[in-house]
Amino acid sequence: MVEFALPKNSRITTGKTWPKPDGAKNLRKFQIYRWNPDDGKTPSVDTYFVDMDNCGPMILDALIKIKNEIDPTLTFRRSCREGICGSCAMNIDGINTLACIYGIDEVKDTVKIYPLPHMPVVKDLIPDLTHFYAQHASIMPWLETKTNRPAKEWKQSIEDRKKLDGLYECVMCASCSTSCPSYWWNGDKYLGPAALLHAYRWIIDSRDEATGERLDDLEDPFKLYRCHTIMNCAKTCPKGLNPAKAIAEIKKMIAERVV
Amino acid sequence: MRYLTDRKRATGMGSAKTGAHHFWAMKVSSVGLLILMPLFVCTFGSALGDDYATISAYYQRPFPAIIAILTFIVGFKHFNDGAQVLIEDYVHGTAQKITLILLSCLSYAAMAAGVFAVAKIAL
Repeated sequence: MVEFALPKNSRITTGKTWPKPDGAKNLRKFQIYRWNPDDGKTPSVDTYFVDMDNCGPMILDALIKIKNEIDPTLTFRRSCREGICGSCAMNIDGINTLACIYGIDEVKDTVKIYPLPHMPVVKDLIPDLTHFYAQHASIMPWLETKTNRPAKEWKQSIEDRKKLDGLYECVMCASCSTSCPSYWWNGDKYLGPAALLHAYRWIIDSRDEATGERLDDLEDPFKLYRCHTIMNCAKTCPKGLNPAKAIAEIKKMIAERVV
Repeated sequence: MRYLTDRKRATGMGSAKTGAHHFWAMKVSSVGLLILMPLFVCTFGSALGDDYATISAYYQRPFPAIIAILTFIVGFKHFNDGAQVLIEDYVHGTAQKITLILLSCLSYAAMAAGVFAVAKIAL
């Protein structure tokens, strides 16, 4: 049964307010979710003040500055710092996005940062994406062929290659899936926008020969049809992709086989 | 505690290989209601407030009677299919199955009651 309130051990309390840096004139307030699995406490929100005259423009810059100069225990994922690796996905000012490409100036007043919603938390801003990755693997995100491998390469026309635009750019940051209410309630079975966008990417790949099997595997009331076209996925995607459209295309293709 | 791999948890029991018919049925009934509802509102609305004999005579004509019957059948089928999705979203386990059975009973009972009411007035 769906739960409308957080379990007692997940309810968020007010945490520590860290001192303001000496001599700073251009301060920005950050409120950041903290939870440590080792201290036995419930999650809290710590308050930090960052000197913006001495900080980069992105949210990730501020997080790194906080970790380097204020609180080294603050834990988050980051790698490429340019929106390609998808590591630093988190909920910033109520929006799931990548901290590395989200400007601090895009947020008014206090910058509130939480981990991606409705996922188990490993520590602080790090969600457990194990199930998310396993769902991605389950859609067989690779080229499936039955014809013998050609001597040189699998050919694809320019027109067919264009069909992959808007799909291949997905960096698997999980912003879309964790913004989806259907994924919140039924994430154990519903594949979610990210995995389904990847599924569609391979379904419409002209070189792939497992289209029927892929559609067979997706035709399920929970794996696919939990999508109710809420469109949070398209709204939040930091890469500007539209998983909802990809899901609708899959539904259309399956319907075409039936009707 | 079960020692299942992540992939095993994600795959579960595999695809039910069903859902397309439900999806298509919802689309068809939506379009059907798009046509039926204005016709039903017009026919039912024009008869509303008249005495029993006038309404009985009105519903003895095939057009308003058939529109009303189709609206009840398509409407409650659409309600059943839509509410099924709602229940599947929010209710899980045995409670889900019981709720789905109750939903079917309610939908088909309401559908039958509507058809019976029109038949009683028209015949």
